[in-house]
Amino acid sequence: MSDTPLLQITGLSKSFGSVQALSEVDFEVRAGEVMALVGDNGAGKSTLVKCIAGTHSPDSGTIRFEGNPVHINSPKDAAKLGIEVVYQDLALCDNLDVVQNMYLGREASTFQILNEAVMEHHTGETLKSLAVTTIKSVRQTVATLSGGQRQSVAVARAVMWNSKLVVLDEPTAALGVAQTEQVLALVRRLGEQGLGVILISHNLHDVFETASRITVLRLGRTVGVFDRKATTQQAVVEAITAGTPTKVAGISSTTGVTA
Amino acid sequence: MTTADIVGPDRSAPVLPEEEVRSGLWGVWDRAWLNLRTGNLGPLPIIVGQVIVVMLFAFTATNFFTAVNFVDLIGQTAGTAMLAYGVVYVLLLGEIDLSIGYVAGIGALVVAELQLPGSGHQLPGIVAMLVAVAACAGIGLLQGSIVAFVGVPSFVVTLGGFLIWQGVILNTLQQRGTIIIQDRWINYTDSYLFSHLAGWVIAAIVSLLYPLSVLYKRITARGTVIANVNIYAFVARTLGVAITAFGVVAIANHGRVILEKEGLPLAGLIMVFFLVVLTFLAKWTTFGRHVYAVGGNAEAARRAGINVPRIRVLVFMISGATAGIGGIIFAAQVNSVALTFPPSNLLLNAIAAAVIGGVSLFGGRGEVRGALLGAVLISTLQNGLNTLNVSNGWIYVVTGAVLLFAVTLDTFARRLQARSGR
Repeated sequence: MSDTPLLQITGLSKSFGSVQALSEVDFEVRAGEVMALVGDNGAGKSTLVKCIAGTHSPDSGTIRFEGNPVHINSPKDAAKLGIEVVYQDLALCDNLDVVQNMYLGREASTFQILNEAVMEHHTGETLKSLAVTTIKSVRQTVATLSGGQRQSVAVARAVMWNSKLVVLDEPTAALGVAQTEQVLALVRRLGEQGLGVILISHNLHDVFETASRITVLRLGRTVGVFDRKATTQQAVVEAITAGTPTKVAGISSTTGVTA
Repeated sequence: MTTADIVGPDRSAPVLPEEEVRSGLWGVWDRAWLNLRTGNLGPLPIIVGQVIVVMLFAFTATNFFTAVNFVDLIGQTAGTAMLAYGVVYVLLLGEIDLSIGYVAGIGALVVAELQLPGSGHQLPGIVAMLVAVAACAGIGLLQGSIVAFVGVPSFVVTLGGFLIWQGVILNTLQQRGTIIIQDRWINYTDSYLFSHLAGWVIAAIVSLLYPLSVLYKRITARGTVIANVNIYAFVARTLGVAITAFGVVAIANHGRVILEKEGLPLAGLIMVFFLVVLTFLAKWTTFGRHVYAVGGNAEAARRAGINVPRIRVLVFMISGATAGIGGIIFAAQVNSVALTFPPSNLLLNAIAAAVIGGVSLFGGRGEVRGALLGAVLISTLQNGLNTLNVSNGWIYVVTGAVLLFAVTLDTFARRLQARSGR
């Protein structure tokens, strides 16, 4: 791990009308680590991710990527920096095959004519490098794949584009036991390959099996960052349900919460 | 835990029978059997249907199997096929274009008006045709923009177009009466007949297209799945295309009974030319890939950075342009544009052709060649029944029944596919 975090967010706030979705949130991910982002419904996880992905622009606060302050105003900006988001409801086209999905929107082509050979070779290599071995043919349509295989394709697609930070939104929400294991192994491998990974999950079992650190959000504030090896599920659950903000806007020291 | 422990076999994944397919001649049998079991029939049912229809008419209708009728049939098919090509693109997006029948009428009207001698705005035939097709693409641009940017359902937008363009044609022709098309080049789109030799050369070139495309993939994409074509299936397909191409030219070259000249009509070449161009566009280019993607999952396409509105607008422009070309061919058949133009069943024939050809109404599935096969079947059926002096009413009934049968068969096939996870 390097000293400068891959992504460092300080004092990020975002409100929708009168609803304060995020207030003064601090968050960081280092290269080569899986940072879990947990919190109850409405804690602000999705909003934070959308600020990172460029879908929302924050009202205030700074985002530093590889040490440099950046403004992420669109998903294209995020992609340019090397940030890829894998959404919960998988953005795959069922009628297209694995290769076509991996290159969706970024097809290899010369003068608009598709270069199928390059795409097929590279897809095979990417899947192999991630040890995704259950997919029999890269020319199967995605409709024929199981939930775990589809999630693997979605993750592999995010990784293929020289990305540095991969955001996974509930990657195991709809999967069975064996498929969940398969996807979690893939998530760990991303970290081992030196990428920064943000894992959003409701499932603390998944989180404790993959993450190196855990950030807990509660009511739009950061209530704690835990080292996985030095904490228990109990402590994280407490933070999620009744956590005390580590920093409250305008107040320098923590004074507790009223909830 | 090591990686090997975790990434075990994915137990809930459907077992794919892919590996059971052997190589060589047995592979053809395996593949055919697999496709039959899993409901992946491709264009086979429609080809079988076509053969049955042709044999039926060969035995019952005395003048069906004449070369003159055959040359007529090519002209009738070409117009319908041109419209159906556009329908394929629109259906691939999961949209519909109900205006094409009257957009074809507008194309014919513009061409007829622009070639009119002494009108003060007479243009050479070829220029007039280009302007007409551009005008029809412009109509597509207008309708497509309302669908893509405003978000009005295409059914409603093009239903509006259906009425509006019908009204424009009615107003113009009621005032002007029938407009005769005298320009040689415009009429040639239907009635120009190639010499025997030219016909054979065209048949040879058409026969070579498929093997050349496979050869190209084998050279440029060596070692990939797409380049891996079963040699027997390849030979069978190549022979199928060649026999059809040379067979068509052979029959057309003997149509000297009534016509001054015999030979392959230009309309046939136009039909095949656009089949090749539009298939290339759909299957070999980024644009085509994006059309399939938007039809399969528009939200996924948008997130992947595809400009979805742009794709929608372009597809409606293609639909307008192909309708315009079809309209010109129909007008050239009768050398005029009259109040009875376009034929009332043109729109539904074109949509039926695409659907019979296996294009899904829900987007993302289907091929351009399906439109040609569907158009050939419908035209043969209607032409054959005509030569049997069957009334128009019954021709509609039969066409409708065939459409229903084809879609029912397709629905069963899809159910089989879903069950086998393909």
